[in-house]
Amino acid sequence: MIDPGSAVKESIPPVSASPSGAKLAGAAVFGLAFGFLLQKGGAAKYHVLQGQLLLQDFTVLKIMLTAIVVGMLGVHLLHHFARVNLHLKPTRLGAQIIGGLLFGCGFALLAYCPGTVAVALGEGSWDALFGIGGLVVGSYLYAELSAWLKVTVEKWGEKGKITLPELFHMNRGLFVVLFAILLVGVLFVLEHYWPR
Amino acid sequence: MRALLALLLFVPALASAAEVGVEATGYNGPAWSPYIAGAGIGLLSWLTFYFADKAIGASSFYATLAGYVGNLFARKHTESLNYFQNHPPHMDWSFVFMLCTIAGGFIAAWTGGEFRDEWLPVMWRDRFGGSTLLRVTIGFFGGVLMAFGARLAGGCTSGHGISGTLQLNVASWLTVICMFAGGVGTAFLLYTLL
Repeated sequence: MIDPGSAVKESIPPVSASPSGAKLAGAAVFGLAFGFLLQKGGAAKYHVLQGQLLLQDFTVLKIMLTAIVVGMLGVHLLHHFARVNLHLKPTRLGAQIIGGLLFGCGFALLAYCPGTVAVALGEGSWDALFGIGGLVVGSYLYAELSAWLKVTVEKWGEKGKITLPELFHMNRGLFVVLFAILLVGVLFVLEHYWPR
Repeated sequence: MRALLALLLFVPALASAAEVGVEATGYNGPAWSPYIAGAGIGLLSWLTFYFADKAIGASSFYATLAGYVGNLFARKHTESLNYFQNHPPHMDWSFVFMLCTIAGGFIAAWTGGEFRDEWLPVMWRDRFGGSTLLRVTIGFFGGVLMAFGARLAGGCTSGHGISGTLQLNVASWLTVICMFAGGVGTAFLLYTLL
């Protein structure tokens, strides 16, 4: 079911529900493309990722910010015309600050992230296997504590599903355009000071 | 918020003072421009939203794997855990997506002549020596911390860092800023202390 975007008051007939096989075939094609692009972008190379965290090589940030600008413009336009749903996760200050910092510590130690460690494995960087082992163990550890975390850390600073335009009390379309300009500006500054 | 700002200001100061003993840009660069790769990932997100009603994410793949492994060794206990009751392991969209991400990485590396077949990254070897055990031990603990952090925050550098940020989700911008703050701080500690 597609939620109506701001331009469309009446809900339009949703794209016909594809059979499960077609959905999974789509997942396969999209996954192949994702891995291909990350490898070509160099985001599965140890020295590129660690270089980013050592503030020497800004390739990763350039890939992410470009993906955000392009993705943001398209997805918000599609949503405006009620062609896609947004998939927003609720803001939980405690969980996201602590979780983000823990993630960052781990990211610096492995120097592959959960997406790029899969690409690194495909690229023949076998140290990625131990990273994947760690990710599986860490996921189980979280599951082990999930009942407790749910009623403690994940309750701290619950704000619900909020977006930046809502936070700044701005029109979403205007915010998207201004933010895209800002991020492109950041990319120009990055390119100027860090050609790689 | 003030602590976060202090951390962000502290990191560049540390960066200029610290001697990390290695220059990352001295190694071979990416095959494609980061802007081409990034724009491609942005376009891909339009397609996954439109055709699959999904946002790209990676970290839940490892939670699904953990569920499968848990079911193999301790089914009753695994099924009793809160997270797996809400997210029982399935061969779902995200699982197939990530399996094919591995294959996509292989195809890109193989066709581009970049398949590595190595246990130790060259930059790691130049900085920390030839012990594979040291690298995989530290990497394993990195993986543990990363998965725990991603589950707590509700996503990783893909789910929050790209898909959430492009939707202008406050949760995702907060998470990804904390990820880089923690990552930059830890990377400098690792490269200056070890």
